[in-house]
Amino acid sequence: MKTFKMGGVHPEENKISNDAAIQVIPVGAQMVVLMNQHLGAPATPVVQKGDKVKVGQLIGEAQAFMCANVHSPVSGTVAKVEPVKDAFGLLKPAVHITVEGDEWMETIDRTPDIKRECTLEPAAVVAKLKEMGIVGLGGATFPAHIKYSVPEGKKAEYLIINAAECEPYLTSDYRVMMEHAEEICIGISILRKALGVPNAYVGIESNKPQAIARMQEVARQFEGIVIEPLKVKYPQGAEKQLINAVTGRKVPSGKLPIDVGCVVSNVGTTFAVYEAIQKNKPLIENILTVTGKKLPTQHNCLVRIGTTFADIVKHTIGELPATTGKVISGGTMMGKAIVNLDAPTVKGNASVLVMDEGEARRAPETACIRCGKCMNACPMGLEPYLFSSLVKAGRTEEAQQSNILDCIECGCCFFSCPANKPLTDEIRLGKNRVRAMMAAKK
Amino acid sequence: MTQQILIAVLVLGAIGAFFAVVLYFVAQKFKVVEDPLIDEVADALPGANCGGCGKAGCRAFAEACVAQGNMDGLRCAPGGEPVATRIAELLGCTVEQGEPQVAVVRCNPSFCGEKRRANYDGLTSCAFAASVFVGESGCAFGCLGCGDCVAACQFDAIRMNPQTSTPEVDEAKCTACGACVKACPRRIIELRNKGRNNRRVYVSCVNKEKGAAARKTCDNACIGCSKCEKVCPVSAITIADSLSYIDFTKCIACRKCVTECPTQAIRDVNFPSPAKKAEPKPAPEALEAPKVEVPKAEPVAVPQAEPAKA
Amino acid sequence: MNLLSISGSPHVHSDESTKKIMWRVNLALVPALLVAIAYFGLNALLVSLIAVASCVLFQWLIEKYILKVPTTIGDGSAVITGLLLAFNVPSTVDMMWIVVIGALVAMGIGKMAFGGLGKNPFNPALVGRVFLLISFPVQMTTWPVVDGIFPMNFDVATGATPLGAFKEGALPADVTLWDAFLGHVGGSLGEVSALAILLGACYLLWKKVITWHIPVAFIGTALVFSAILWLVNPEQYMDPLMTIFTGGIMLGACFMATDMVTSPMAKSGQLIFGFGCGLLTIIIRNWGAYPEGVSFAILLMNSVTPLINRWCKPARFAA
Repeated sequence: MKTFKMGGVHPEENKISNDAAIQVIPVGAQMVVLMNQHLGAPATPVVQKGDKVKVGQLIGEAQAFMCANVHSPVSGTVAKVEPVKDAFGLLKPAVHITVEGDEWMETIDRTPDIKRECTLEPAAVVAKLKEMGIVGLGGATFPAHIKYSVPEGKKAEYLIINAAECEPYLTSDYRVMMEHAEEICIGISILRKALGVPNAYVGIESNKPQAIARMQEVARQFEGIVIEPLKVKYPQGAEKQLINAVTGRKVPSGKLPIDVGCVVSNVGTTFAVYEAIQKNKPLIENILTVTGKKLPTQHNCLVRIGTTFADIVKHTIGELPATTGKVISGGTMMGKAIVNLDAPTVKGNASVLVMDEGEARRAPETACIRCGKCMNACPMGLEPYLFSSLVKAGRTEEAQQSNILDCIECGCCFFSCPANKPLTDEIRLGKNRVRAMMAAKK
Repeated sequence: MTQQILIAVLVLGAIGAFFAVVLYFVAQKFKVVEDPLIDEVADALPGANCGGCGKAGCRAFAEACVAQGNMDGLRCAPGGEPVATRIAELLGCTVEQGEPQVAVVRCNPSFCGEKRRANYDGLTSCAFAASVFVGESGCAFGCLGCGDCVAACQFDAIRMNPQTSTPEVDEAKCTACGACVKACPRRIIELRNKGRNNRRVYVSCVNKEKGAAARKTCDNACIGCSKCEKVCPVSAITIADSLSYIDFTKCIACRKCVTECPTQAIRDVNFPSPAKKAEPKPAPEALEAPKVEVPKAEPVAVPQAEPAKA
Repeated sequence: MNLLSISGSPHVHSDESTKKIMWRVNLALVPALLVAIAYFGLNALLVSLIAVASCVLFQWLIEKYILKVPTTIGDGSAVITGLLLAFNVPSTVDMMWIVVIGALVAMGIGKMAFGGLGKNPFNPALVGRVFLLISFPVQMTTWPVVDGIFPMNFDVATGATPLGAFKEGALPADVTLWDAFLGHVGGSLGEVSALAILLGACYLLWKKVITWHIPVAFIGTALVFSAILWLVNPEQYMDPLMTIFTGGIMLGACFMATDMVTSPMAKSGQLIFGFGCGLLTIIIRNWGAYPEGVSFAILLMNSVTPLINRWCKPARFAA
């Protein structure tokens, strides 16, 4: 079975919400749509207070290069355009919409029929991805139109679909594969043709045998889709590790996947691509896992972006347990802890993961015993313990020379550290300092 | 026997003489001509290498002074006047001293344990905490409480108050080197003139949220109501982005703004008695305010640092 | 509801801890301790208890009254130092007070002077042991002779270790390889039984506390090097298997060279480290003044560990 070679850990999988079918969460009375739904600059609002909007109407336009369009997830009246506190409590520009009815844009095909044929030229596909505000749904929310615009002089040879879902707890990708395998395969075919590559490889961790079987069954009807079962090892779904596992190639330090002829997309993204290209539906919905060991029920749900975390909780588990210690958006290894449940969800959110107080609390830090476990766990072959001491001593330049920027922040070092040192935190701080230093030098 | 001793002495002597000659020529060849004045200036400096002057360290500062021949644009804040006079003497120039300054933390210690909105469990670093979330106080502008400023201070002049999770400056030790100002990711620390008798008035808040939102975040936030601006007799106060700022070069420390401020965001320090409230009827928030004042926790150097009492 | 906690990712931990690692090492030392008690009786037990108690006590005193930091005696590292120190001395009555001095040197100079756990460049137990070897040469080389199982008398007959005897002339005729493997020979308290030590080492390998690199490189180098010498001249040099089963090679390779704090972190570095230890041990044994060289070999290699760490970096994912 294919896998990446170096480092990695095996956290408890906890895929306890595997069997919960995707349920639809009703729309709230007031929706707040952040303009920062993606990596890069925020979109510029193109509506004003009092404007009427429909579902799928453009409300935030991508004006910077690294940016993506934002569409209204609901129909109603724009109440105001002003910053709101996001999930981390930070103020972010947003459009507030008072919901009235559920009137969709006429261009959107809302029929349940599956549309297979796509005759669009590659350039038109990329243009449509941009128009529909598609971003990568694997966590980084990288604007898809930039990813699929292969730069001059470079050639894509592999399209790799990331369905590893190596993060503990998360099951949204699994549910999408189980319920929308055909749409996913159509989406993959569209992307494959847009890139002009012969084969697309779908990497799925072998702890999802049903998804592998389902995808294999459907992929048979399509040309050039190969399902690759992968070993269960974290971070199997990290971009560089996945490329290594599937193709054996290694993305060099500071380079992008396209430099070794690879393009990687998340499986959730391919479903969004299908909807955008074939159904004219912009990215206004998100599939989230609501899970946690202590929760009475487990859920996978379809929410419009802009629904608050509190609303999702209300419509799934009712209320958070009294012993809740931490709420995470994303998996336990790379997800972000959130503090403001009244914040609206955005395109990249993959889960509402509720952790118990005892589970959430980090054990106190003790002295480093130079055991080297962090080094052996690092999938990038780096030396986390060294970064830790360099960052503490403020030796930013040495940290840069020790390739701190190669770190993918997967968290394997902290996970395996017997001294409970916040290694990943320290490395992030070091990376920020190195970037600031490089920016100052320019 | 004598012969052996003689040979040994001669051989060693010859080797010694040979290396002496070699050393002499090497020393001549690689001689570094350095102005001895640099050493003298460096000796006069405090030697803390705080970097407050913008140079890499005290030695670099001394080099810059000597290279320039005067002290224009070069200022050693920790050394203050005595050091400046001494260096001016050495360089044979005159020196103009600015007003003595001190670091001022512009955030009200308004969140004691029970007022926290989250529990930060990560790396003890403000810079890192700022990249993860808003801060335990829930204020996107306020103090994060991890003490990057404390770590940056070379003079042990800034300490964390464990009760308020906000730093406090020891005026006696603060040299206004500015290391804490640079270390703070929220930029809440400012160097302000010490003022006559160390008496200062400043807006202890940098929250730029609109009034209602700011009030919701913190009881002592500046809500940009501009009452202080109106009452100021010397127009030292400006309001921008719903935030008031007192220009310390204009302020005459009359404390009218202190009594006027509805949220007690303006603080006066080192005055003999707290300013009297002009209005006898305080706002309901002001009534609650004493809860968040922690006069006992103030360092000795700022005995009158508490906000105005109703 | 409680306040929500927040931190950077990851939000889960493997549950591995320094404490667990240290107590596992202690557990792995138990078989060797049991063998020592079986062969050397109450003396062995008392020496071990005194060594452990004094190491723990000295760490506690230094942390509480000199360094004024929270005490960390519960993490089990002082217990390991105590056990290993006891394992490296003969189990005689004299040792019951000498080992206290050894514990003071081990904890005070070997460990706490550098700042405590994780900061010491040398293995503290070996620092203590070598100090004792130099300061108390007679007592440290007076070895009790194994006499039956669990002798209860304190005054035991003394004799030479196989290595000592070999250094003086020839191996005693009655010592077989099997005796050396089981531990039925004279020697330091915990080093005699290769079997018990290997049992403990297997446990540590299974629990992933240590990796095979250092022990295999150490023992392998010693084996190969001594085999070469033995092939050259079997009269003058010891049988290679006898070489690795007698003296401290097994204990050193499995428990002291593998000390995480003082050994290199990268696998390649660990191989170099083990190789150096094995080579130095055989050199000291054959051409040095002492019949045994494991302690010195490991301490010498400890001193170059930072250098090895600097040169042996892990293979980067994409260099």
